[in-house]
Amino acid sequence: MRKHKYIEEKFFRVLMFFSTTLIVMVLLLIIFSILYKGLPSLSWEMISQTPKGGFYFGKEGGVLNAIIGSLYLSIGATLLAFVIGLPVALFMNVYLVKFKKTVNTIRFFLDLLWGIPSIVYGAFGFTIMIYLGLKTSLLAGIITVTLFIIPIMVRAMDEVLKTVPFGLLETSLSLGSTRSETAYKVFLKQASPGLVTAVLLSFGRAIGDAASVLFTTGYTDHIPTSLTQPTATLPLSIFFQLSSPIEEVQNRAFASAVILTVIILIISILARLYSRKYQKHKINF
Amino acid sequence: MEKGVKILVRDLNLHFGKNHVLKNVNVTIPEKKITVILGPSGCGKTTLMKTMNRLTDIYPDVKVSGNIFINDEDILNTQQDITILRQKMGLLSQRPYPLPMNIYNNVAYGLRISGRRKKRYLDKRIEHYLTMANLWDEVKDRLKESASRLSIGQQQRLCLARGLAVDPEIILADEPTSALDPISSQAIEEKFVELKKNYTIVLVTHILRQAKRIADHVVFMYLGEVIEQGPADQIFNHPRKRSQNRILKDCSISILHFAFCILQ
Ligand SMILES: Nc1ncnc2c1ncn2[C@@H]1O[C@H](COP(=O)(O)OP(=O)(O)O)[C@@H](O)[C@H]1O
Ligand SMILES: [Mg+2]
Repeated sequence: MRKHKYIEEKFFRVLMFFSTTLIVMVLLLIIFSILYKGLPSLSWEMISQTPKGGFYFGKEGGVLNAIIGSLYLSIGATLLAFVIGLPVALFMNVYLVKFKKTVNTIRFFLDLLWGIPSIVYGAFGFTIMIYLGLKTSLLAGIITVTLFIIPIMVRAMDEVLKTVPFGLLETSLSLGSTRSETAYKVFLKQASPGLVTAVLLSFGRAIGDAASVLFTTGYTDHIPTSLTQPTATLPLSIFFQLSSPIEEVQNRAFASAVILTVIILIISILARLYSRKYQKHKINF
Repeated sequence: MEKGVKILVRDLNLHFGKNHVLKNVNVTIPEKKITVILGPSGCGKTTLMKTMNRLTDIYPDVKVSGNIFINDEDILNTQQDITILRQKMGLLSQRPYPLPMNIYNNVAYGLRISGRRKKRYLDKRIEHYLTMANLWDEVKDRLKESASRLSIGQQQRLCLARGLAVDPEIILADEPTSALDPISSQAIEEKFVELKKNYTIVLVTHILRQAKRIADHVVFMYLGEVIEQGPADQIFNHPRKRSQNRILKDCSISILHFAFCILQ
């Protein structure tokens, strides 16, 4: 009997070790190949200039248009999704606690929406744009991406808020707080480190997605100066460069991927540093 | 309502779904005394207490009927703002739930949400309530520190200070010492004895000895029913003086007494 348990324990230890190693290896492989192909082509010119004529045939220029465009688009969409999504997540966890079934139904539909491929959101945004007679623009892209990341944002926040203990809700109410005071003064503080993660997750999806912006944001070599102009994005820029038959241009696609990765890295680190300020008040129940 | 009675529970029935948790509960809780609700785990003590400040409102699938009068107002069927009603009662739960903010703000929270925000006023009040909860000396130099850094015993006293700060008339305490070490427990007990001068205290416990130490009035519960209630001295010292038609219940009390004695 003991021996049996011992073997079982050993088996699962080995299994866990191998799966962990496998995942880490694959990740490292991806990062390594991006760096290997991208770093040699990465230059100050790539980051600081917009594409000149013939950029996609190997002439000079950079992807500044896509960097700025992606930042505008994803920060805009993340902020919008946060402003809409936070009240929804709080509502589900503070106001609707009494209605478990309703909340679970909402969760179910959000999970469904999460699973819809982003190209469908893109097509949906495009249909609405045609209906309203709008052209591809930064605004249309922001709205589409917002729609696309709201389910992710709300569900991720919801998972965090779910971990706030029921006793804290009771405590807050018993002190005479209203539901909204409980939501914004207590739940928000307790959950803020986790909420940062939720926002980062959504931001990552927003900045990395190509399909939802394909029809809605368009593409241009210029940096947009208003919400109504078409806008370039890094994923699309990578896509166009990879489609080129010229190897030099393909390598620049990897350099652009490095830039995208670094942007996500920087924003994650900044957000974590910022959230650490609030982390200290979180109570570990 | 009679003079000297603070809370009057009449024909209270509560269901959690199909589970009949409180059965025809009638309880009288005297003003400015310690009333101890006693009974084994799962008999509905916590539920009864939460009904008193309408926390049962937030539970799914709950049905309540009956009346609870506090200061002659039927709080189960009232038009009054429920937040104001809850501020009349400070709640101490089984384990402390400090708010996710610093020590100062924990106590200031209740004052701020009821519109008292002046720094000078808050400083004074916070010292006052922390002193009342015997915590001031331990935290006066670290008020800006997070409440999560305190020990469980200190957190429970912080929760007491925070509850007192909303200026309640009643203190509802649900096994407030069950997560604490004996010394912290004793400190809380002694505090309650002191506080009963100004507050009506309802204390839930399953510890018979604790009840004997501090109770003025006792409510015995068993399987969702109140089977005995009255002044502590009568309940504990003359348990046999009861009328004929309650023999059956007496039996269960005896069994209860017996169970308690064995447990301790
Ligand atoms: N939220 C709830 N949902 C369903 N049943 C509950 C809930 N809370 C308590 N109960 C049930 O109500 C009964 C009384 O519980 P409780 O009041 O916590 O007892 P006590 O505090 O005396 O230990 C128990 O049978 C318990 O299972
Ligand atoms: Mg209990």
